[in-house]
Amino acid sequence: MTAANLESMYQEIILDHYKNPHGKGLRDPFEAEVHHVNPTCGDEITLRVHVDGGKIEDISYDALGCSISQASASVLNDLVVGKTVDEALVIHEEFLRLMQGKGNVEPDEDILEDGIAFAGVARFPARIKCALLSWMAWKDATAKTLAEENR
Amino acid sequence: MKGLLPDLDLVRKDFPILERTFDGGETPLVYLDSANTSQKPQIVIDTMVDHLERHNANIARAMHHLGAEATEAFEGARDTVARFLGAPERDEVIFTKNASEGLNLVANTVPLAPGDVVVTTEMEHHSNIVPWQLATQRSGASLKWFGLTDSGELDLSNIDELITPATKIVALTWVSNMLGTINPVAEITRKAHEVGALVVIDAAQAAPVLPIDLASMAEEERPDFLVFTGHKVVGPTGIGVLWGRRAALEALPPFLGGGEMIATVSMEKSTYAPIPHKFEAGTPPIAEAVGLGAALEYLMHVGMENIHAHEQAITAYALERLATVPGVTVLGPADAAKRGGAISFELDGVHPHDVAQVLDSKGVAIRAGHHCAKPAHQRFGVQASNRMSSYLYTTPAEIDALVEGLEYVRSFFKLDK
Repeated sequence: MTAANLESMYQEIILDHYKNPHGKGLRDPFEAEVHHVNPTCGDEITLRVHVDGGKIEDISYDALGCSISQASASVLNDLVVGKTVDEALVIHEEFLRLMQGKGNVEPDEDILEDGIAFAGVARFPARIKCALLSWMAWKDATAKTLAEENR
Repeated sequence: MKGLLPDLDLVRKDFPILERTFDGGETPLVYLDSANTSQKPQIVIDTMVDHLERHNANIARAMHHLGAEATEAFEGARDTVARFLGAPERDEVIFTKNASEGLNLVANTVPLAPGDVVVTTEMEHHSNIVPWQLATQRSGASLKWFGLTDSGELDLSNIDELITPATKIVALTWVSNMLGTINPVAEITRKAHEVGALVVIDAAQAAPVLPIDLASMAEEERPDFLVFTGHKVVGPTGIGVLWGRRAALEALPPFLGGGEMIATVSMEKSTYAPIPHKFEAGTPPIAEAVGLGAALEYLMHVGMENIHAHEQAITAYALERLATVPGVTVLGPADAAKRGGAISFELDGVHPHDVAQVLDSKGVAIRAGHHCAKPAHQRFGVQASNRMSSYLYTTPAEIDALVEGLEYVRSFFKLDK
C-alpha cells in the first residue's frame, strides 16, 4: 500500500470522527439493545436504538475498536438519528453498496454526507468489516424494535 | 551483535519470499509475523515439488514403485520428526493436520468423568482452551485455570489447589503466543505426575525456537503429550504433529475412524492398527509431511541451539528498541531470556489495527488483534494488541524498520500534538 492509499483510507473526516465521536455512550430510553463483535479482531459494539412513531430518536453505543470502526459508528449516528426508519434503511443500503464496491463505487454524497470518506476503506478487504460493524448492529437492533412493535 | 546467526545473510537467501518488495520495488518486505506463520526455505518448496513431480502415490497400500517411494518419504518424515523432538520412539509421532487437531484428538479421547478436573492456563491459545471446554462440558468434569502474574508469567502460588488427585489433565503452552513467556514445563509436569495427571503441552510456539529433547528429560518431568504445527517451523500448512508417550497413546481409543487405522474390519466390529496408524485415519497430507521433514532437517542443519540464541539476541534488541518509542508498552516478561520470539505491545492512543495498517504501508508486516488469546488479553485489560515476531531470518535492521515505522505511526496519528 502506498502512502497515497494510506491517506485515502485515513481521511481527515475519519480521524476527526475517531477523536471526537458523535453520540457515544449508552442512553435511555431504548427499545432494543444488541452486542456485535468482529470475531477476527475482537472489535465490539453494544448499541441501542430508540424509535418513536417510525422515527429514530436516538442511537447510543459503547464500542471498542480501531479508528475505522469508531468513526463509522459516529457517522452512523450523524446520518441516521432524526430520520424515519425507511429513510435510514436507504442510507444503510447506500453505505453497504459503497463498502462492498471494492473501491469502484461512486458514493452518493447527498445520501452519505461524511460517509463518503469511507470510499478509501472499501479498497481494503480486511477493513470493510470494521466499517460495517456498527451499521450491522444498528440494522439488527432496528429489526428487533420493529418485530417488538408488530407483536 | 552477540548471538546472531553467523551466516544470517546466507540464511536469508534460503527464503525467496524475503526478496519481495511493494510499491514497484520501493518498499522491501519486513516480515515480523513468524509466530503467525513462518516463511519457507527453498529446500522445503523444492522437496514438495519434487515429491509431487516424481514420487507421488498413496502410501502404505500401493503395490508399485511410486507407492513404495511415497511410503518411504512419508515414514522418513516421521523419523525426522522423532529426531527433531528427541522422541523415545518414532512410532509415538502421529501426523495431524495442525496443532489444534492434536489437542482436539487428546481432548476427545481421554476419559473424563464428573468430579474430574482439567487444569489449563489463562495464557493459552484458544486451541488449548476450547477443546477442553467442550470436553469438560461433555463429561461433567470441571475446568480450572492457572492465573498470570503482572509480569506475564504463570502464577504458581496456588498450584497445590489446582493440581490434586482429582486432576486428570494439565494442559499448557510451553511458550505463549501472546506474551512470549517460556513456562516451567518440567516443574509443572513433575507436580502433575505426582497426582497421576496427564500433561499435554502445546509446543506450537516452542518447537520453532527451543531445542527439544524428550528422551533426555527425566521421565517424571517429560510430558505425556506434545503438539506442534508444521507451518510455524518453516514447513507447509496442513501438517502437524502429536507426540505421545506410547503407553498414553495406547490407552486412548481411536479418534477418527477410517482407512489406514484398522487391523481388520467386519460388519460386527473392527480392531485397530497399532500406533501411529491407529490415529491416522484416511489418506494423510503426504506431500506436506514430506515438506515438514525437509523443514525440520533444515532447522537441525542450522542448529536449534543457534536458532534459539539468534531469537534471544533479536528479542533483546527489539525490547530495547521498543522501549525508546514514546507510548509503547510491552506485555509479558521484560527479560529476553524468559521469552520466545513474539513480543506483543500497545501504542498508546492508536488502535492495533491502525498501527498494523500504517506499518504495512511501509512494508512492515506484524499482527494486530487478540492473537487467539482473548483470556490473556482480558487479564491485562487490553482488547487487542500489536505483535511482532521474529525468526531465524530476522535481522536487527528489520527491528530498526519496525521502530521507524512506529515513529511514522505516531506522526501519522499526530500523537505529539
